Amino acid sequence: MSGDIFVVFEHLRGQIADISYIMLAAARDLAQTTGGEVIGVLLGHNAQDIVSHVAADRVLYGDHPALADFNPEGYANTLSGLIQAEGPRAVFFGSTSIGADIAGVLSARLGLPLVGSCIQIGEGNIISKICGGKIMVETVLADDDTTLITMIPGGYKPAQGQSETPPTATPFEVSIDSLRISLKQYIEPEAGDVDISSEKVLIAIGRGIQTADNIELAQELAELLGGAVCASRPVVDQGWLPATRLVGKSGKSVKPKLYLALGISGAPEHVEGMADAEMVVAINMDPNAPIFNVATYGAEIDLFDLIDPLIEKLEAAA
Amino acid sequence: MTNIVVFAKLVPDLVEELEIADNGIALDMEWLRLIINEFDNHAVEQALILKERTGGEVTVIAPQAEGVDEMLYTIAAKGADRVMMLKGDFEAGVNNHALARAFATTVQTYQPDLILTGVQANDDLDGAVGPLIAEYLGMPYIGYISGVSMAGDKLSAQKEYPGGLIAEMEVALPAVLGIQAGEEPPRYVAISKVRQMMKTATIDEYDVAELNTSGGVTANRMYAPEVSERAEMLAGDEDEVATRLVEIFKEAGLV
Ligand SMILES: Cc1cc2nc3c(=O)[nH]c(=O)nc-3n(C[C@H](O)[C@H](O)[C@H](O)COP(=O)(O)OP(=O)(O)OC[C@H]3O[C@@H](n4cnc5c(N)ncnc54)[C@H](O)[C@@H]3O)c2cc1C
Ligand SMILES: Nc1ncnc2c1ncn2[C@@H]1O[C@H](COP(=O)(O)O)[C@@H](O)[C@H]1O
Repeated sequence: MSGDIFVVFEHLRGQIADISYIMLAAARDLAQTTGGEVIGVLLGHNAQDIVSHVAADRVLYGDHPALADFNPEGYANTLSGLIQAEGPRAVFFGSTSIGADIAGVLSARLGLPLVGSCIQIGEGNIISKICGGKIMVETVLADDDTTLITMIPGGYKPAQGQSETPPTATPFEVSIDSLRISLKQYIEPEAGDVDISSEKVLIAIGRGIQTADNIELAQELAELLGGAVCASRPVVDQGWLPATRLVGKSGKSVKPKLYLALGISGAPEHVEGMADAEMVVAINMDPNAPIFNVATYGAEIDLFDLIDPLIEKLEAAA
Repeated sequence: MTNIVVFAKLVPDLVEELEIADNGIALDMEWLRLIINEFDNHAVEQALILKERTGGEVTVIAPQAEGVDEMLYTIAAKGADRVMMLKGDFEAGVNNHALARAFATTVQTYQPDLILTGVQANDDLDGAVGPLIAEYLGMPYIGYISGVSMAGDKLSAQKEYPGGLIAEMEVALPAVLGIQAGEEPPRYVAISKVRQMMKTATIDEYDVAELNTSGGVTANRMYAPEVSERAEMLAGDEDEVATRLVEIFKEAGLV
């Protein structure tokens, strides 16, 4: 086994995903302990331009028409051969719709340990954030096996994994037999609703809003402050707001001047979509809610007690 | 006729305070309130929708734990045909690899066409169970799924990417899917109906002789996040907080 750290790049329809750069930053931290190189792994078809800004020592490139778009089976089959042949010390995957589909399969197929939800590397340890952001866990690399790691954003900025000099990319051979999974088509998100990623003020509601009827209250606040209402996943999954209003991992990333979070706990999957807001105000009755760790201002009160006086005072100030 | 198996799991209710056990590497189970993993609720809903649409049987399997009976009776009341509890030594220290092996063995007796799991559980450290089961059974896996339709021995699944983009993927059955959201929100069921199920339904039991825990990881240390930049907390009652917020919004030029 080498001391090298692999990073499996993620890209979608010709665009490299930020998690690729974030993984490179983590891999660089880890390589300081293991002493190896940071090696990017690119799977795709005519995709070499995607890696022009990655801060990797070198890139292994598997090019095949069947890898043009993400295919969980095509990716897993290709990577299992590569990992066995090269024996890296660790392999990073995104804890995403791409990485999470393959890391577990490879762990079971190759009998390798898997550490999920890594947010940072600290002194050679893997630091994960679980339980909606309320618990941190520290694990170590396996002594004599390759450790597979899935990574969440929050610990590194994408810029930390970027470089102006493109690394050399060495092709490796890919052979893909018939696959049981195939991509039929992409379905674009619905257009026509407000675009929450360009709003200056967002009133964000979470499970704490309790019922669809209560959304009116948030709507009133949004009108007074000249913004729009957005939401966390449970609100959208209940069908109370359309998917266009979702903020986070599976939704949109937003950057408003004000993000007023009402009854949102601040799980990592939500925070990754709003961490760059200029000002975050969090209203939550749970003093340990992780949202307070990313907010500018917080208040530990019932949102239903606050909304009426806030509406009154905003009306008075207008 | 389709045979659908769903795995469901109880997870910590994150609204409650979470305490770390004396050994420093696990949650203190004593005060933990457990609830069904929200994505498993969606997986159950998706299974019931498929059954209603194309016929078939839905079996839901969960490992023994405090409160698992109630969870399984609730699922039976929603319309699952069979509910089953895995019996074994599932106390602290069991990892997802061990569980996935136990599931893979158990599930074979049902000859499933389709296995659904939740996409992820909030207390998961060593990777979601779905892809592990799939690999142990030699089936394909796709996760982050929010809609499923079936035609013959093929299935079409809607896979979520960021920003609301969906990839429609086709997969040959049998297969395992990790469900992010069902096509409809999870249905409600009246408590009275659950009580009735407790009297009439049976929970099948399956003994897991030995757990093979290889491949799992052990934590070195577990701790609450160290907070470096916590919010400036606004003191006072709702009136004072509202007044202060309006000032803050004014300073920021928002009102
Ligand atoms: C693969 C994957 C992708 C995901 N993608 C996303 C995503 O894109 N976006 C997203 O948001 N989530 C996403 N999630 C879900 C995420 O993990 C959390 O479950 C979700 O963000 C929780 O939403 P919430 O904060 O509204 O609800 P909860 O976590 O239930 O929090 C509700 C909060 O409201 C507070 N509260 C309740 N009542 C009141 C009251 N009256 N006054 C004040 N406070 C109150 C509670 O204290 C609690 O903190 C994803 C999860 C997975 C596994
Ligand atoms: N202990 C468990 N009991 C039953 N189902 C489980 C268990 N662990 C995981 N699963 C299933 O696998 C999914 C992903 O959970 P996890 O692997 O913990 O991220 C869950 O939503 C369940 O469907």
